[in-house]
Amino acid sequence: MYSGNKSMREAFGHALADLGAHNEKIVVLTADLTDAIKVGAFAKAFPDRFYQMGIKESDMIGTAAGMAIDGLIPFTSTFAIFAASLANQAIRVNCAYNGTNVKIATSHGGVCVGADGATHQAFEDVALMRTLPGMTVLVPCDANEAYHATVASAALDGPVYLRFGRIATPVVTDPNEPFIVGKAKILREGTDVSIIAMGMMVPFALEAAETLKKEGIEAQVLNIHTVKPLDEEAIITSALTCGCVVTAEEHTVIGGLGGAVAEVLARHRPTPMRMVGVADTFGESGEPEEILRKYHLTPEDIVHQVRQVLKEK
Amino acid sequence: MKQERMKGKPDVQKAADLAQQLRRDTVRMIAHAGSGHIGGALSLAEWMAALYGWAFEYDTDNIKDPDRDRIILSNGHTCAIWYASLARSGLIPLEELATHRKMGSRLQGHPSRKAMPEFVETSSGPLGQGVPVANGIALSMRARSSRGRVYIVLGDGELQEGQVWESFMTASHYRLDSVCAFINLNNIQIDGTVQEVMGIEPLAQRLSSFGWHVIEIDGHDLPSLFNALQEAAETKGKPTAIIGRTVMSKGVPFMEGKAAWHGATPSAEQTEEALNHIGTNTRYRDFPIAGNEE
Repeated sequence: MYSGNKSMREAFGHALADLGAHNEKIVVLTADLTDAIKVGAFAKAFPDRFYQMGIKESDMIGTAAGMAIDGLIPFTSTFAIFAASLANQAIRVNCAYNGTNVKIATSHGGVCVGADGATHQAFEDVALMRTLPGMTVLVPCDANEAYHATVASAALDGPVYLRFGRIATPVVTDPNEPFIVGKAKILREGTDVSIIAMGMMVPFALEAAETLKKEGIEAQVLNIHTVKPLDEEAIITSALTCGCVVTAEEHTVIGGLGGAVAEVLARHRPTPMRMVGVADTFGESGEPEEILRKYHLTPEDIVHQVRQVLKEK
Repeated sequence: MKQERMKGKPDVQKAADLAQQLRRDTVRMIAHAGSGHIGGALSLAEWMAALYGWAFEYDTDNIKDPDRDRIILSNGHTCAIWYASLARSGLIPLEELATHRKMGSRLQGHPSRKAMPEFVETSSGPLGQGVPVANGIALSMRARSSRGRVYIVLGDGELQEGQVWESFMTASHYRLDSVCAFINLNNIQIDGTVQEVMGIEPLAQRLSSFGWHVIEIDGHDLPSLFNALQEAAETKGKPTAIIGRTVMSKGVPFMEGKAAWHGATPSAEQTEEALNHIGTNTRYRDFPIAGNEE
């Protein structure tokens, strides 16, 4: 499917057009961001099933819920921050509490919105979404997974939050490997430290593992493409195998992947742990690479935290 | 039993009797529950009677008929009188009304799709959430050429929520003529009169500038309600808003027009007084409450 560097939002657009060709119940709504989230191909191919909603995200989510109640499978499309934060009440009541079959697809998750600055950088969306009962939260790690996650979400009956990044990132997964919602994937075997990552931090975790190998440290890399329902068994097993854990997310360390992993380990297997993620702060303008460096979201930061946590093992 | 949409000439006396019983049911439900929202619910008695007594298409033997009419109570707190309407239409058992707001009941304090998916199109309570869902249902029904109509009930204070106006925009943009909103203009909200708290006038002009067909009526006058419902159904190319001027807690003089009765519960004496004011008719009997001799 994809290789090299590719953005997840483009893969989402392809998946949506493919889904639309096979299932007439698929409809797409957007809030004035057709090109930004790459739903243009669907719009062109299926104009009768494409709904422009204007710049009103809450209304878009509520409308999608109504469509789902009447039997359609709507995908809403906007930026992560405008869905999870601005339209939170609509998602809470109309999608989660109702249990409606709405797919809330978002791009520009995380810090890599870059120059747009803090208002547009979604650091807390996964935390907001995973606390809603009944919500499935998918955070693919590359374009292949973004494609698979989109297809898988349509097959699920219930609300799903999909988080895609803006920028092209390395493709690290095998396109032919099955994508199972709720099932974490071990991308690299190792027994010294478990690096549990989501989204574009997964390629960084693999890069960090290569650096660590040179120091004689074998890291296991666990890809959590489904933050909810979380694959608790895979996390516990990985912690048991390695004896220490580092989580990595392009998201605040409060309530996101690190929080979710900590909740599981605190309950079942307390394990020395470090989190790589955004500290309790807002972002700022800058190139994605500059922001990743300043907010300590690089492979080097993962390596650094691994060295720290190994001391406590 | 199937009621077909707006079939034949509506029977005003029959609807008046239904409205009277819906008021009795509402007062008794809330008194028995020990809490609830009585004022706004009582304002809606004639609307519910006109709808469930004539306009609304439903089939008690096929409650999921894909072409049935839909109703969304966007001001979900007024649900007691809607639950009573369901019971009086034969859609839910009459004795279930005594469970309202109790643990384990389908008749939650605010309508819950989770608790009652057969009838609650969308959970409501947080104001301003109902119109977009109604629009979505209407868009989907139109896409499959269904004739079903989608009714929304909104409170007047609820129109202060910005999202309502976003969704009004969508309904007219997509020419959703199957959508009909009833605005319960009783001019009272929790903190006082609507003008005092946050004015919404000139409401008719605002709605028509948003592309809606607007009908202003006395929301307690059954012939006006029947005519408005008919006119809404015949209006093509735009959604219809029926602005119903109502009196909060209509039918119970000591509660009428008083903001305190938004969420107050009548005492045993007040309940008896309220039921005496409302009166009875021979068409209906009160729903049973377990433990009472009635």
